[in-house]
Formats: sequence, C-alpha cells, structure tokens
Amino acid sequence: MSYEQTTSKAILLLEDGTVFEGKSFGAAGTAVGEVVFTTSAVGFQETITDPSYFGQIITQTFPLTGNYGMNAADSESDRAHATGYIVREWCEQPSNFRCEETIDAFLKAQGVIGLYDIDTRALTAHLREQGTMNGVITNDMAADRAELLKMAKSFRIQQSVQAVSVTELKRYSATGERVGEVAVYDFGCLRSIIDAFNGRGYDVTLLPWNTPADQAAALAPDGIVLAGGPGNPEDCGELLPSIRALMGSGIPVMGIGLGHQLMALAVGAQVKKLPHGHRGGSQPVVDSGIGKTFVTSQNHGYAVDEGSLPKSEGEVFCRNINDKTCEGISYKKSPAFSIQFHPEAFTGTGDKHYYVGRFINMMNAGGNR
Amino acid sequence: MGLRSDIKKVLVIGSGPIVIGQAAEFDYAGTQACRALKEEGLEVVLVNSNPATIMTDKAMADKIYIEPLTLDVVKKIIEIEKPDSVLSTLGGQTGLTLSMQLAKEGFLDAQGVKLLGANPETIDKAEDRQIFKDTMESIGEPCIPSQVEETVEGALAFAEEIGYPVIVRPAFTLGGTGGGIAATPEELHEIAENGLRLSPITQVLIEKCISGWKEIEFEVIRDRNGNCITVCSMENVDPVGVHTGDSIVVAPAVTLSNREYQMLRTAALNIVNALGVEGGCNCQFALYPDSFEYAVIEVNPRVSRSSALASKATGYPIAKVATKIAIGYTLDEIVNAVTGTTYACFEPAIDYIVVKFPKWPFDKFVYAKRTLGTQMKATGEVMAIGTSFEHAMMKAVRSIELGINTMNLPKLKGLTDEQIEAKLHDCDDERIFVVYEALKRGVSPDIIFDITKIDRWFLYKLLHLCQLEAELAEGELTQEKYITAKKYGFLDSTIEQLSGQKVEHPRAASYKMVDTCAAEFAAQTPYFYSTFDEANEAKEHIEQNHTGKKKVIVFGSGPIRIGQGIEFDYCSVHCVWALKEAGYEAIIANNNPETVSTDFDTSDRLYFDPLTPEDVDSVLATEQPDAVVVQFGGQTAIKLTKYLQKRGVKILGTSADSIDAAEDRERFDELLEKCGIPRPQGHTVFTAEEAIASANDLGYPVLLRPSYVLGGQNMIIAHSDADVTEYMGIILSQHIDNPVLIDKYLMGTEVEVDAICDGTDYLIPGIMEHIERAGVHSGDSISVYPARTLSPRIRETIIDYTGKLAKALDVVGLVNIQYVVYNDAVYVIEVNPRSSRTVPYISKVTGVPMVDLATKIMLGASLKSLGYGTGLYPEGDYIAVKVPVFSFEKLHDLDTQLGPEMKSTGEVLGIAKTFEEALYKGLVAAGYKMKRGGGVLLSVRSSDQQEIIPIAEKFERIGFTLYATPGTALNLNRHMVACNSVRKIGEGKPDVMDLIESGKIDYVISTSAKGRDPHRQSVQIRRKAVERSICCFTSLDTANAMADCLALGKTIDDMHFVDITKL
Repeated sequence: MSYEQTTSKAILLLEDGTVFEGKSFGAAGTAVGEVVFTTSAVGFQETITDPSYFGQIITQTFPLTGNYGMNAADSESDRAHATGYIVREWCEQPSNFRCEETIDAFLKAQGVIGLYDIDTRALTAHLREQGTMNGVITNDMAADRAELLKMAKSFRIQQSVQAVSVTELKRYSATGERVGEVAVYDFGCLRSIIDAFNGRGYDVTLLPWNTPADQAAALAPDGIVLAGGPGNPEDCGELLPSIRALMGSGIPVMGIGLGHQLMALAVGAQVKKLPHGHRGGSQPVVDSGIGKTFVTSQNHGYAVDEGSLPKSEGEVFCRNINDKTCEGISYKKSPAFSIQFHPEAFTGTGDKHYYVGRFINMMNAGGNR
Repeated sequence: MGLRSDIKKVLVIGSGPIVIGQAAEFDYAGTQACRALKEEGLEVVLVNSNPATIMTDKAMADKIYIEPLTLDVVKKIIEIEKPDSVLSTLGGQTGLTLSMQLAKEGFLDAQGVKLLGANPETIDKAEDRQIFKDTMESIGEPCIPSQVEETVEGALAFAEEIGYPVIVRPAFTLGGTGGGIAATPEELHEIAENGLRLSPITQVLIEKCISGWKEIEFEVIRDRNGNCITVCSMENVDPVGVHTGDSIVVAPAVTLSNREYQMLRTAALNIVNALGVEGGCNCQFALYPDSFEYAVIEVNPRVSRSSALASKATGYPIAKVATKIAIGYTLDEIVNAVTGTTYACFEPAIDYIVVKFPKWPFDKFVYAKRTLGTQMKATGEVMAIGTSFEHAMMKAVRSIELGINTMNLPKLKGLTDEQIEAKLHDCDDERIFVVYEALKRGVSPDIIFDITKIDRWFLYKLLHLCQLEAELAEGELTQEKYITAKKYGFLDSTIEQLSGQKVEHPRAASYKMVDTCAAEFAAQTPYFYSTFDEANEAKEHIEQNHTGKKKVIVFGSGPIRIGQGIEFDYCSVHCVWALKEAGYEAIIANNNPETVSTDFDTSDRLYFDPLTPEDVDSVLATEQPDAVVVQFGGQTAIKLTKYLQKRGVKILGTSADSIDAAEDRERFDELLEKCGIPRPQGHTVFTAEEAIASANDLGYPVLLRPSYVLGGQNMIIAHSDADVTEYMGIILSQHIDNPVLIDKYLMGTEVEVDAICDGTDYLIPGIMEHIERAGVHSGDSISVYPARTLSPRIRETIIDYTGKLAKALDVVGLVNIQYVVYNDAVYVIEVNPRSSRTVPYISKVTGVPMVDLATKIMLGASLKSLGYGTGLYPEGDYIAVKVPVFSFEKLHDLDTQLGPEMKSTGEVLGIAKTFEEALYKGLVAAGYKMKRGGGVLLSVRSSDQQEIIPIAEKFERIGFTLYATPGTALNLNRHMVACNSVRKIGEGKPDVMDLIESGKIDYVISTSAKGRDPHRQSVQIRRKAVERSICCFTSLDTANAMADCLALGKTIDDMHFVDITKL
C-alpha cells in the first residue's frame, strides 16, 4: 500500500500576480475562477456540489479534506460547480461507513482541477487583505505565466444562473403525507432545501430560472421559493419584472441567497459587493424580530444595502452580527420574506429549519389571494 | 440588556485541591471568571482551599478565603460576606455540588442570594441519572439502555435483562470514581458495591456497554435568550470505554461526515436547550461507526476539563463567556476578545488540528494498575497543534516527557510479533505505542481496528508516520524528503538518526496564529504554533507590534504530573506579570492546555509547542529574546538549561553552572565542605553491586534516588540488600544516564526553606516544619508555617546555612532548601536553585510576593531596594498548615504508604491564629473525616511498636475502640492498652479485611517495612481502606497529629474564617 500522493506540481496564479506552488490532484489541466475560501471543517462534499460556487475556485481553510470520503447521498446537486479546488492535504484513505470514493476520484470524474500542499492559511489571509480576486490553477508548469495572468484578469462569472439551473420543470414528491405544494425557482437550489420541504409534506416543483411568473402562478402552489445561486444579482436584471409579479400575486414568497437579493432589487433596493464575502458555516446572524441569534451557513459576495431599501417596501429583520450587513428582509406589501443565508440554521427554538417553518406558517395563512 | 442590575457582589466557589479528574483547568476557568467579574466592576469574594492557584491571588478577588470547601464553611462565609449571588459553574464538580446543596437546602433563598450559572433543575436534569434519562427521552435524544439502581441486587437483576458487559457509573462522583465495566455477575457485584458506597446519594447507573463506539464531544454555550453555539467538536482516538480524560483526543472531530456532524451538533444544541443551561456545557456522545445510531453518554452543564481544552484548541474563552452570560449578557453582546471586532456569537473555525495527550503517573507508580477504563487515571495532559494529525501527534508525544521524540517506545522493541499482537488487547496507557509498533511490523489497520476499534483513519495516519520513517531510512536525504519529514513533525535529530545522514541545512519552524476564525478576520491574538510553511505570522506580529521593549521568554512546566503541579504554573504566570510590570515583553512557551499560563492574554506572546531543545530553538530564532527564564517551570524548564547555555542564550537569574553545582553530587559535596555544612553521608553509584557495597558502608536504612529528579521520582528507603537489589533493577531498566545517589537516612524533623537571593543578600519569607519526620517526601508531608518546635539555636543555624548556601551557589532568584534536624544538629538534604511547590502558599501567607521579587532581582534589582528586608522575614500572626491530598481511589494497586517518593496530587491550606485550628481546617479541607468515636485499626511494623503505644492511647481516650493485627495487638495489650486482636489475611475468617468491610473502622494506622508490591498484606489492608473511603495513616506522626486534633473536641463551628487579603 502506497501512501505517496502525486508529486506532479501545480500552481495557483492570482490576478495580482501572486503565485502559490503546490501539487496537482483531481483533474489535470487549467482552470480559471474567482478564488474564495470557506472555513467549514466539515461538509466539503456539500460545498463542492453547491451551485452557488459556480465559477469559483474554492479554498478549504481546514487543512485536512476528504477524511470521510464522498458518497452519492450527500451532494447538494448532481455535479460539482466549482472550477477549481484548493486544499492543504487530501485524504487518500478515507474512513466512513458511507464512503464510496475519494475526493481525488470525484474531482477527476467531475473535471475539477485540484491543487494541494500549499499554505492555505497564507492564501486566505491574502484574500482577506486584498479582497476576493480571480485566479488560475494549472498543472501545466510550462504554461506562459503572462497568458495565465491575462486569463485571470479578464475572467468574469457570467450566465451563472443559466448554467446551474434546471432547464425543465422537475418534481420532487413529499415524503409521508402530502400537505401542499411549493414551487421553487432554481437559481442554484440546494438539495437540502428541497428535502426540507419534502420532509414536511410538500411536493416541490423545481422551475427553470426564467419561468414566467404567470406559469409559476398557474401551478397554484401554496408558496413560491426563490432559491440559492451564484454570481452577481445585477446580472439577473431581466428577472426582476417576473419577481415583482410573483410578489404581487398574493402567493407567499420566500427568497434564499440570490433569491433574497433579487427580491430586494425588485422592490428598489441595491446590492453592494462585500470586501471578501461571507462564506462558511459560522456566520452569526441576529433576527431582531424574535431576538435570537443563529450561526448560519453562507456563501455570497454581495449583500443588500440596507440604506437603499425603501422603507415603504420592506424592513431588515436579520443582520450579520459581525459587520451588521443585511441578512434578511420582511416585505410590507406582500406575504413574503427573504434571507441571505442557508435556512438550515439552528435556532434557539430547537428547530433546525426555523425559517422553513416560518414560511410554512405563512403558507398555512394562505397569503393574500 | 447586559449586566443584571441586581448583581453587585458575587461569591465564586473554587474547585479545591488538585486530584485526578479535577486539576488545573479549574484554576484557569476560575481565574478567567474572577477577571470577567472584576472587569464589570463587581465585588468578588472567592473561596477555595487550594493555595497553589492563581485564582487565590490577591489581585484576583476582593476577598479571598482559603478555607475548607464544605457546606458548613461556605454557609459561614456567605453569612459573613453577604454576597448577593453565587457563581456555581466555574469551580468544577466541587463548586457545582456545593452550590446545589446550598440551593436545595433553601439556604440561598433564606439569605437572599441568587444562584448564577445554573439552577438546580438544570443540574438535576444533567446529573441525576433518572431525570437525565427522562429529559433525553422527552426530547427524543437516545440514551444507552440503563437504569439507576440503589442496591447491588437491583444492579444484578437489570444486568441480566440487558446483557453483559455493563458499565457501572456512580452518581455525583469525580472523574468517574468508583465506576467500571463488569463482564460477569461476580465483577458487577464488586464494582456496584464499591460505586454505591462512593456515591454521595448511593446511586449507580447500570448501563449497556457500548465499548468500541466512536466517542464524540461537543462544547456548547447557551445564553438566557436561548442563543446557542457549539464552540468545538472533539473526537476521542480511543473509542468509548476509555474515560475521555484518559483518551487521546483530537479537535475538531475528523471522521464524521457532515451529516453525522450536524446530527450530533443538533443533538447537542437540543440537549442544552432542553436543560436550560446558561453558560458552558459539555455533551458526550457515542456514535456507532457503521450507522447513524448514536447515544448521549453524558452532559456536564459547567466548565470542565474538556471546555478548557476546547478553549485552548480554538482560542474561544469559554469560561469568560460563560461568566458574562451568568451575570446577564447574551452572546451577541459579548465581543470576541481574540479578534476584537467580531462577537462571541459564532462557532470558531479552526485551520489546524489539535491533539490532546494524557500524562499518566505510571512511570512513577510502577506497581499501579495501568489499565484504562471508565475511571480517569491521568494527572495532566498536553496539547499539540499541527497542520496534520501526524504533525500534532508527533508534537504531543514529545511534549508528554516520556523521553521519546517519535511514536516508538523503546521497551516494545524487544517483544516478539506475537507479544505485540497480544498486547494490542491491553487497553492501557501504552496502547497507542503498541499500535504503532504493530503497524511497523506489518499488522494491517483492519486487524488493529478489529481489536482496538480505533478508527482506521487514525491508523492510516500512524501508518503514514511508519512509512515516513522507512523512507527516511532509505537512500539519500534529499531536501524534499527533509521538508516532508519536518512538515509531519520529525525533529532534525530523529531525521539524522533514521537516515544516518547529517541534516545539511536545518530549517527553523515558522509560526501560525490561533485566531478563532481560520484567518477570515484579521486577529491580533499573540497565540502561535509552529509549522514548516514560509509565512511566519509570529514574526509579522512582532514587527507590527514593535514596542522597543526588551524581550524575555519564560519556559513553562509542561504537563501536570505528580511532583510537578500547578505551583509551577503559578510561578511562571507571576514571572510574566512581573516582567510586564518591569517594562519587558514577556513571552511564554508551554504546552499544557489546562493552565493560566497558556491563556491567550497572560503573556505578550504565547508559543504553544513542545519544550524540547529543537522546538525551543525555533522559538528563539523567531523571537530573538534578550534573555530567558528557566527557574519557574519546574524540571521541564530546568532541563533546558544546559542546551540554552550552549546556545549562548542569556539565562536570567541563577546560572546554569550553579544549577549543575546543586544537582551534581560531587560538586555539591565539595561546596558543602567548603561552607562547613553537614549532610547525611552518601555516595554516587552506577551499578547494583556498587549500590549494595555503599549501602553496607553507610549502614541501613539508606535512601536511594536517581540524580536530576523532581517529586522524588523513583526514590525509596532501603532497609536491606534485597531492597537495594529490587530498586536498582527497576531503575536500571529505565536506561537513566545519570547516576543513582545513595544516602544515609536520618529520621529527624524535616524543615524546608524557600529563599530569595540577589547574590549578596537573601530573604527567607518563612521556615516551614513538617509534621512527618524525614523519609516522607516533602510534598506528601503536612507542612507548618512558621516552624513550631525548633530551638532558637537550630533556627539560627538554618538561617545561617541558607545564607551560606545561597551565596556559595551564587543564587539569583529563588532557592528551595530542605534540611533534616537530627540529634540537635542540622543537615542539608537537598538544594534546588529554582522555584518550589511551597512558593505560592508561602507568598500568600507571608505577603512576600516571592516570584515578583525574584523576577525583579533577576532583572538586576537588589534585594535591599525592594522593601522586604533581608534575613528571616518577620512572622505574622497566623499559622498556615499545608495538607497534601491524594488520588489513591483512582489508582488501583498503588501502595498508599508514604515514603520518599511523592504520591500526592494536590494540597490544601488551613490558616488560623492557632496551630490546632489551622491543622483542623487543613485536615477537613483535605477531606479527612473528623470523628470522635468508632473504631481504629492498627497494624504497624516492628520498629514502630514502641511509638504506637501513646498514639493508640490517645485514640482510646477520645473514645475509639481499638483493633489491631496480632503483633500490634499483643504489644498494645502488654502495655495496658485495651485492644482487640484481629486475624491476618489467610489465618481464618473473619479476618482484618472483613473487619474493614464491616464498617466498624473509621481510621486505619498502617505501617510496614516493605510495601509497594500489591501482593503484600500491608498493601492490601491499605488498599482496602482506600476502597472503603477510610482515612489511613501510614506515618505515625500524621496519626498522632490527628489524634491531638480530635482530642481538642473542636468543630468547624469553633473556627474563625480568614480573608487572606487582610493578612
């Protein structure tokens, strides 16, 4: 049994010219993307398969990745969305009763370019100080650095929602007794959100990102969820009329992540880019409505600018405890609220899906139809 | 919301003496708590019987009582001080239990005192086995099939129902005392009976044994608004079956997938909510390795050893946050002190892996049973931080001071493959090394997993270390190979040894910061660990925070072990404070997660790493200190002296040469001769033959010990050639390079002196006299300050000798000298030019801040300029009696007979205006039951027969019935002392063991010429007494003092309580 991992070299070249040299794993080749870091020590599989990482190169700050291997059941979507993956050390001999393959095998199969054996903490500190930036990973050590740098500098995440969304309507049935139906716009929806509704007796219809509002309303769902997603919300301007229509339909609407930002934009607020984003599983949020704090899981680089939210339209009820930025809005003119974070946040109420529960209450109240 | 307006004056209850299961972590927690309260402008009253702690320091509280931690005493202090609140959750199980008793009796309500940190319902839900189970059931959290039993019969019946093996857990005992795993009804009978007796509420839990499941812990914090976070997850390398205090633990958990992790995290949060904890809480789970099945093992709704570890592992100050919550704050109101910009309401992210490794006392107690189970046996622990498991593990094994730098345990080399495989089945302190040896010999991880249930992940990582070793041994030592080895934690010396090649370009380590957030936010925590990356955050930190001040590194004392306890942390911390005050940058290097010294805001910078020369070398390279201090960190720091001197580092205070002069037998003899100071005659020997020859030359009894030790490690009194042979056999098998010292043993009064010297003058804060004659280790003796029985002439001689020795050794700083007064003459036994275990208590009772003065002197001040005078410091109005505390009930088969080898784990202090009252308090604080009637069992060696007579008479006069083994009984009866003769073991029933079992015996006085070996009858009698929680005296002096104390007829109601800040 050999424990030697590959010794083929690879580099990360950041758009500011900084180079980190390490070793190659996963797929071979060259990848460009926005370099971000996540501080979660567990859940690497959920991270890689989270559509909101589309177009990004993920850096894991926890040094040991892949300890428990990969399995089919835990993915947040059907594929990897990140273009590159950076770790300090990956585990060649994982140990877990559900382990099916190593992270290396998974990345190879998914075509994600990996880089390991670099000082991930130094990279994280660099991104923290200099702000999020693009970068290129390659194991082609002969590649022209100037070309790579050009590639990094010119990269923009584009068409991301289009890229991650389902292209046709998809149905997921409730587990147990059916109590209703939720229509979910797929801007990069996580499997766990669908599971959360299915588990509470709701059928879920996953809609392509550009489904017209009237088509969604025609399904007569109990509620509509605008879920997840990567990229800059301002790239999705074409969706705003449709979202306004949904919010005016009287059907309860819940926004999550990108959906939250788009709902805010739809009522006239603006978004701003955060210096290095909120990522990872330990983002503290306070809900001033119920006076509780949660530790939430997030991945976003933009936030709604609270000052720009018209007072007549909505009110911020959740804020990030550290930088006080907007994390949630309740809307005054429609039965709707939106949150910036993954709703699977533990609350002091003991309910792991407190916000899903809140939305269900809203649906039970019937909206304004 | 913030601070509650109805809190102005808070009583903090400490955890008392250090015992196995309750150690320095509560000084760390208590100190943080006191500081957090004072920060809010609250008046703090502290009660703790342990004088070696930082928390009992004047700066820590407004009123400090070093008094017994009993219900009566705490009540009296509440009546005197009238606090409006009591903080219950920071003083370990001791503090919590006392608080609950006060609350349940209605005393707190009657006094109008609020209980902070926990309420009785919460505690009952967590600690009363049945209520706990019911609570868990009500929220759907699975428990292990179990039932509370109050009789042995009930226990046996339930075990039949759920099937063997079963675990016995007594309710409300420390560190699992009295628990165990029973595989048969016979075993259960024995364990359950013992556990029922030890449980203060006579309850044991009988539960299904789930040995082999993964053991996972979560540290949770919750505030009164129900906000909860998990600070840290931890995974025990040793699966369920080994007490978590005896397990190698990693943080965070590494073998759980997100689903398992979230499942247990959610369970932990649900539990803490259901319990309504307000503060810190530890939740322990068992997780079946091949499914999602899990069970809640235990919940501790207070700060604990695990929370101290979690705090140090993440940088998150749990005790401080728990205290703030107790006085009204919520998590979103408390700023994260590490970043200064974020809040306490977050879950720390860590970008390294932590390994905790226990320190066991078996190197010292060679006859004690090494098996690990549900009863904790470790006295201390180390923590190591690395970028990989291998890295952290390698650091941990060299921090633990077993004399090894890798996972290879030399004594296993000689075993056959079969022996190694067989040894895998022994769950003891050496198991991880046996696993490593087995992996090296090609035993597959699967086979090892089947036997040990240690997760394959850990086994693969250990196997990787084996492979790295093998690769180093092969071919050329390339730079790449070298760097890889460094990254996985190998020392240069090991690399050279394995490769047989010289390391041409040795690379110093660089440092990373522990910042609670994995670098997501900029942090200024000056808390570092070494790695072999390019970036050196410590260096950056030093440059960015350049003060222009001179820098001094203080080396800490490593893991807590018998002989090197919390006192040395006290001294290290005080040295740091004194250095800071004097305008220096003070830097700490240490590896013990339980201590105040490794709190992130104690020093200007903290290096959490091993204390080997090579590890220290890298700290020196980064820090470039102006000087270092070794004299406060016990033997761990002193051991570095030669290396530091060779490296040309300036050592503050007493020189390396002087330290050597005190420890090298021949040089020391010369020095004494020059000063005209006598010492017991003695020789230096290397072999058994030499030892026997010189023992006969000196005449028995003789004292044998290796040079360069602390705490009397491997020290015995030998009465015969056979004793010498047995001893030399043990000592030589440990491959100790240094010679063995053999001395004539003088059985006189032992006197101890700590002095501060500046090379010219000396100051003796106090002279201490031991109740027990020489022969009992000074750490195990009851020590009285000021000395009571010394004549003025003897006292003058001691002062004179102390001055001469200090000058001759050119001591700059502290020196500890032990004397024996024999036939009206003073002899020197030992000189230690460093801090000692008596420094904290003498500093507190005399008011002489010894470490502070010593530090100032080391920096160049003269003693005369410091305002405390020279010579003997005037004695105060109070008598202080230090009483040792033992952890015998946790160490099976260990002979409790006191001797030259130290056995106590902690100490308490009694302070009063009279000796009798101080002794009484000390004994009560140490846990002695003060009875005035009942039975006393006597069984003494022939040399004690004469002396036992008056002592036996005293007990008889107080009203005790005397029992004795035949020889002792005959002797007493002959001398007209009424005494019942009891059969020895094996001479028919009922015998002495049955008598002890019967409950008729309240005190045992047992001495024997031999001992140690658990098969000897005297040892069995003493062990039986321990099992039955009966006070057992093994020195006639202690028994005599007890008899005198009881004869006074006083009770705790007659005592006056002393606020030591007013001394």
